[in-house]
Amino acid sequence: MSDAGAGANCARVAVVGAGPAGLYAVQSLLASAPGIGVDVFDRLPAPYGLVRYGVAPDNQKIKSVTRVLRTAFDDGKQVRFFGNVRFGRDIARADLLEHYDAVVYATGAQGERKLGIPGENLPGSYGAKDFVDWYSGHPDAADRHFDLHASQVAVIGAGNVALDVVRMLAHSPDKIAATDVPDRVLEAFRGSRVTDVYLIARRGLAQAKFTPEELRGFNALDNVDVVIRPEDAVLTADDEIRVGSDRQLRTNVTMLREWAQRPLRGKARRIHLRFLQRPVRILGENRVEGVVLERNEMLADGHVRGTGKLETLGPAMIFRSVGYQALRLPDVPFDEAGSIIPNRQGRVLQESGELAQGEYVTGWAKRGPCGVIGTNKSDSAETVSNLVADLAARTSCRGSDPEAILALLVLRGVGYTSWADWLRLDDHEMQLGRRQGRPRVKVAVLRSMLELARGA
Amino acid sequence: MTYVVTETCVDCVHRSCVKECPVDCIYEGARSLYIQPEECINCGACVPVCPEEAIYFEEDLPESSLPHLNDNEDFFTQTLPGRSEPLGSPGGAAPVGRLGVDTPMVASIPHRAATLCTEAGE
Repeated sequence: MSDAGAGANCARVAVVGAGPAGLYAVQSLLASAPGIGVDVFDRLPAPYGLVRYGVAPDNQKIKSVTRVLRTAFDDGKQVRFFGNVRFGRDIARADLLEHYDAVVYATGAQGERKLGIPGENLPGSYGAKDFVDWYSGHPDAADRHFDLHASQVAVIGAGNVALDVVRMLAHSPDKIAATDVPDRVLEAFRGSRVTDVYLIARRGLAQAKFTPEELRGFNALDNVDVVIRPEDAVLTADDEIRVGSDRQLRTNVTMLREWAQRPLRGKARRIHLRFLQRPVRILGENRVEGVVLERNEMLADGHVRGTGKLETLGPAMIFRSVGYQALRLPDVPFDEAGSIIPNRQGRVLQESGELAQGEYVTGWAKRGPCGVIGTNKSDSAETVSNLVADLAARTSCRGSDPEAILALLVLRGVGYTSWADWLRLDDHEMQLGRRQGRPRVKVAVLRSMLELARGA
Repeated sequence: MTYVVTETCVDCVHRSCVKECPVDCIYEGARSLYIQPEECINCGACVPVCPEEAIYFEEDLPESSLPHLNDNEDFFTQTLPGRSEPLGSPGGAAPVGRLGVDTPMVASIPHRAATLCTEAGE
């Protein structure tokens, strides 16, 4: 850790976003500048970002990372939580720059890429993020409903989110009941008529972006056959070399080949892993009735080329999962081409390319939507070491009154929530869970979350 | 289920995994690192950053490395030489620091010259 100078130890820092990137930044700040004061803002009354709203419900062990993330709030003074505060509406960039010595944007990637093919906007075709928001109990999806009455579902994409969606669709209802999904989500899964889930990957199995940790989750599906056609399990000579030298890839390929060779066991549900296929168009008059796929072939440079060979599948529900994407924050520089906040090792760059004073970025908004939760720890450490170095070079702090930001929020009528409020909501969700023998039951409606948080 | 540090870590401790672990559950003995199985959240972030390829998910452990599954656990549940009680689950490796002692099994592994370690970043 860098030795913090006077300017770092009296400083006040605002962190926008209480997900893993933001909270690892907080930990890093506390470790490198013990006298620092930090305020964390989030648009929801619940912290933890994608740990709560992205990590799939069947992966409760990974969610226990909150045990580490929450420690920063323990003493209740040095680090404060302001939930239910939306950046750009309730509080602006200029407010933060006025009240704090530095601002860290940890807003993640809240948008999602589209496929850009005909039929993609038909009812029955959804972004995977909508589905993830819904089963995770995100308030943004509180009005949504997925009835899961389709027998065939296709998931387009080969990343960890695609695997999560496939796994959630394939789980038996009892497995879903052992998770923290909201009650109405559990009901929908209990009523599921899904029998066949297709994962459609544009490139080969050696190019898939998912990690072995996620793929391994298929082993926990007790009532599912995994189907991989022999023609999808082939590797090019280049692939073989890459697989030989990359251990993650080797683990993936070993698992996939094992499944490809395993005889089907007549299970109630099937997961079909399709590689080297590209969706050409989604079929249907008024709603999704199928999808046309084109066979791709692998080129030596790792790209793919269409072969013109078409195949039609008949899913009535399609999820596109081809990447999350950071969205532009009001008044904050944004790199449209890279879909990130432009930065040099976490120091925000203005659109002119000059360094922006006192502004920093970490997590997906900094590097794009890649890596696992742990990646944010080192990523945030890099950002914070630069932030602390910049503060240390200063001789004094802005000396803002910590109460001034509260006064501003009150003046604007922003009904912010505190860490104690979150603990109240947390406790309520845990109690709901205990009553049903589940780890937790999430409250997904913002108004209810706020009422429970405030103890109303 | 947990991740496990195996013999290729011994005498070649790079600590890249320690920096990466989101819950700080990788502890340092004398010649090797050890994963606290109860604290590990199975995220796998440690695996790709290890230059020695020393870390495995327990289901993927090669036959010859299987003893490390129990040995990693023993580091926390058994009283290590020169200590009065087991380490248990301290909840984070950083405050504990380097213990300077290994499990009897790791201590009995023949010493390896530093030149046989993988260069970091290779």
